[in-house]
Amino acid sequence: MSGHSTYEPKSGFERWLDVRLPILRFANDTVVTFPTPKNLNYWYTFGGILALMLGIQIVTGIVLAMHYVPHIDMAFNSVQRIKRDVNYGWLIQGMHANGASMFFLAVYVHMFRGLYYGSYKAPREVLWLLGCVIYLLMIITGFFGYVLPWGQMSFHGAVVITNLIGALPIVGPAITTWLWGGFAVDDATLNRFFSLHYLLPFVIAGVVALHIWALHVPGNSNPKGVEVKSDADTVPFHPYYTVKDGFAISVFLLLYASFVFFAPDILGDAVNYVKANPLVTPAHIVPEWYLLPFYAILRAVPDKLLGVLTMGGAIACLFVLPWLDTSKVRSMRYRPAIRLWYFIFFVVCIILGFCGAHAPDDQLIRGVAGMQIGDANINSFVWLSRFATLYYFAYFLVITPLIGLTETPLPVPESISEPILSHPAAMPAGAAASPEMRG
Amino acid sequence: MLRKAIAFAALGLFLTAGPVLAGTTEKEPQNVHWSFEGPFGKFDTAQVQRGYKVYREVCSACHAMEQMYFRNLGQKGGPFYDPEFKNPNDNPYVKSLAKDIQVKDIDSDTGDVIQRAAGTADRFPSPFPNEPAARASNGGALPPDLSVIVKAREGGPQYIYSLLTGFRNPPAGLTLGAGLHYNPWFPGDLSSSWSGAHDKVPEGGAIAMAPPLAAGKVTFDDKSPSTVEQQAKDVVAFLAWASDPKATERKQFGVGAMIYLLIFSVLLWFSYRRVWRNIGH
Repeated sequence: MSGHSTYEPKSGFERWLDVRLPILRFANDTVVTFPTPKNLNYWYTFGGILALMLGIQIVTGIVLAMHYVPHIDMAFNSVQRIKRDVNYGWLIQGMHANGASMFFLAVYVHMFRGLYYGSYKAPREVLWLLGCVIYLLMIITGFFGYVLPWGQMSFHGAVVITNLIGALPIVGPAITTWLWGGFAVDDATLNRFFSLHYLLPFVIAGVVALHIWALHVPGNSNPKGVEVKSDADTVPFHPYYTVKDGFAISVFLLLYASFVFFAPDILGDAVNYVKANPLVTPAHIVPEWYLLPFYAILRAVPDKLLGVLTMGGAIACLFVLPWLDTSKVRSMRYRPAIRLWYFIFFVVCIILGFCGAHAPDDQLIRGVAGMQIGDANINSFVWLSRFATLYYFAYFLVITPLIGLTETPLPVPESISEPILSHPAAMPAGAAASPEMRG
Repeated sequence: MLRKAIAFAALGLFLTAGPVLAGTTEKEPQNVHWSFEGPFGKFDTAQVQRGYKVYREVCSACHAMEQMYFRNLGQKGGPFYDPEFKNPNDNPYVKSLAKDIQVKDIDSDTGDVIQRAAGTADRFPSPFPNEPAARASNGGALPPDLSVIVKAREGGPQYIYSLLTGFRNPPAGLTLGAGLHYNPWFPGDLSSSWSGAHDKVPEGGAIAMAPPLAAGKVTFDDKSPSTVEQQAKDVVAFLAWASDPKATERKQFGVGAMIYLLIFSVLLWFSYRRVWRNIGH
């Protein structure tokens, strides 16, 4: 896509095609000869894993759509029918449902990797923005998909989430009615969610194509965060990264398969095996695990509209991150000042997930009644999520810009293949502090 | 790296398993061992057969199983599977089990509603024609459909077993309404029926289902003792199979898939080492 093409048509047909539609040249330049930094570690294999997961979700989803019935009276039973009577339906449905979790697991690793190595910095802002768009589309698609089995959590989750949009001033109620296709979550809602759930993955695939395009213009970032200087810094994508990504994919599939075959329901909620009943609200409505941190942020704010805006802001922070980071150094390997804040940020995201899974008033430490400040019980998940939310935003809006301006980074290597020449003493310290396994 | 990924996934599990309901209490389910536990677990055919008898003679009076067809009993992995009859619709034993049950149909000549003996292609008939009828016969409570009940309850088989064997006389100070029964394993909030100390509200809830099982209520053909525990264990095994009839096939397929992926990963690892052997990185 960029740089000089080294493709040489080998047969008469390839030469004929090359002057008409150079698709083989394109494929060759993209996935065969593409020069890739030679120091990418295993954290960088999740891009390939994500591409595979998107493919698996689309293929299994298309088969499921052949058997699924988007009707409130039949949707639940049709999913059961797929698992019981369709040939290998249990496998296809299990791969799709658990595939969503694996997809999100991989995207979170991919995003945290991007954060750590500063992959969003110039000239890769558009690459990062497209990634944020993909993530946003994934959330929406995942939500629509979770509604389709029409279990109790599907239905009441849909009610809660669509009602959130109603909190927006002026346009909110109109959008909600439009989303519902009526005045409540009902058959019309299920039908349009099914339609959109089928549509959006192809939109994601389109944005993924742009994402890869935007990747191949500046080329991959890498753990050292220095740009490619010479051919000595790179290896051709094939066979070097096809085999490395292939190995990582295979190991990832082991994890995926262990869920699909031995614990297909463990990531879901038992309540969703009860058919949706609008008259019976589950005691505890929670989203799937991958959305729990945002759910916690939403509930951390007592006001509904502000809660929705805060939750939206949490995702918006990702979009503007390239312009919040003031550091000249790309990789956190050479930014000791921010590394600890980064790991705290990671832990805070996990804590937010815990908070999202618990009822807001649940005691954090069981049996300790005190810690009352005014009318606030600090020993509760809602207060923990408030502190965590505060840190989440502070990390993006305060810590990242400030540390970039005040830090003293470690010396950065001259190039990917050269060790640090000017400061030989600093090298071991930098290398020892790098937390990732060297590939 | 992988360890981190697994830990992250395990954390995901933990998060979903976490929620505890405010105000609602119930006892931790009893820890019962099941033959179908774990990655190599299989259903005990004799146990599932006995469990079907318990369902048929006791539970089916109030509980529907709308996902179940009689043919399921004779399919591969089912309790009455006979390798001689790969097509369960030909299985004479399954046919005879179906024939014992009457189902509603429409007479194709007159259009009248009739009762006829069930065939293998029929669903398990529901005991009540509709939800209001079911509620009217059960003091306002709706007996849940049992097709996926083991998956639909937190705690799965342990919970159902604990509930079935867990009926107790209400402790002094607990006054329950007519038609309600005390069960410490049923999630609920008994504080409004409790006249004792505020911090000593009994665990559990009031369930509209009367103790369904009793010693000797079902006569097992294989001379298994007909205790409440035995009946409960057997019917839970049957319900677990009905909730996930492809479980055994899934696990067997999974073992093969895992071995394949493991070998594939090892081969890829060595390929990776070989391809990269001359690259300093």
